[in-house]
Amino acid sequence: MELKFHIMGGDFSNAGSASSEIKRVLKQINVPSDIIKSIVVALYEAEVNIVAHAYEGDMVVDVQPDRLIAVLSDKGPGIPDIELAMQEGYSTASPKVREMGFGAGMGLPNIQKNTDILNISSTPGEGTKVSFTVFFKPKS
Amino acid sequence: MTLQQIAELLNARVVARPDKLYRDISFAFASDLMSDVLTLEQRKIILLTGLANIQAVRTAEMSDVSCILLVRNKKASPEMIRLAEEAAIVIMEYDGSMFKASGILYNAGIQPIY
Repeated sequence: MELKFHIMGGDFSNAGSASSEIKRVLKQINVPSDIIKSIVVALYEAEVNIVAHAYEGDMVVDVQPDRLIAVLSDKGPGIPDIELAMQEGYSTASPKVREMGFGAGMGLPNIQKNTDILNISSTPGEGTKVSFTVFFKPKS
Repeated sequence: MTLQQIAELLNARVVARPDKLYRDISFAFASDLMSDVLTLEQRKIILLTGLANIQAVRTAEMSDVSCILLVRNKKASPEMIRLAEEAAIVIMEYDGSMFKASGILYNAGIQPIY
């Protein structure tokens, strides 16, 4: 099952609506609740990143029998130094983003914590692509 | 402790999902930073926050937070209430400070997360 969503940069009133829809779908197919939480937290962090930093982007979520694969690609400023962006506390968020309760430099590290496979690629001046996989196995 | 008991203890107004006040709460987390809320692994959490915007409700939805207590007399917007109703999240409004609510709940046996 593949689900696609378009995400607009700066649209904070709708940020999270795509992740919310995925949560509803995963509940319907009886994915364990702790796995659902990990997936939707990672999706929401990635969705908020697009709203906070990019002009626009797309979320494509492929739900397979044993795993979920998400690809979030955006048109935006990109990330010049991904290693630096992965460090907790590093952020380039605007004051507006901080007013919304984000921009603490926790997003990418938190996506990594909640996913089994994570790939981030970025071209400065063009955009960023975040792909991750979460397996539906019980956590040890 | 149930949300009903918490509402009575704080004399807080319940503005969304009063039908869920039977929920049991073990932990409280006090923060205006949603990035930190999204790192929590526990369940049965009440979130104490002064951040009265739609992202507080979205964050609660993704983090499986049972209830948002808006402190410092902040009001939930109609949009927040609509989303909380959909996502089955209780919202309460409280006139006092985050510190005061934290102290009362800690005294009543609600646990800190760390």
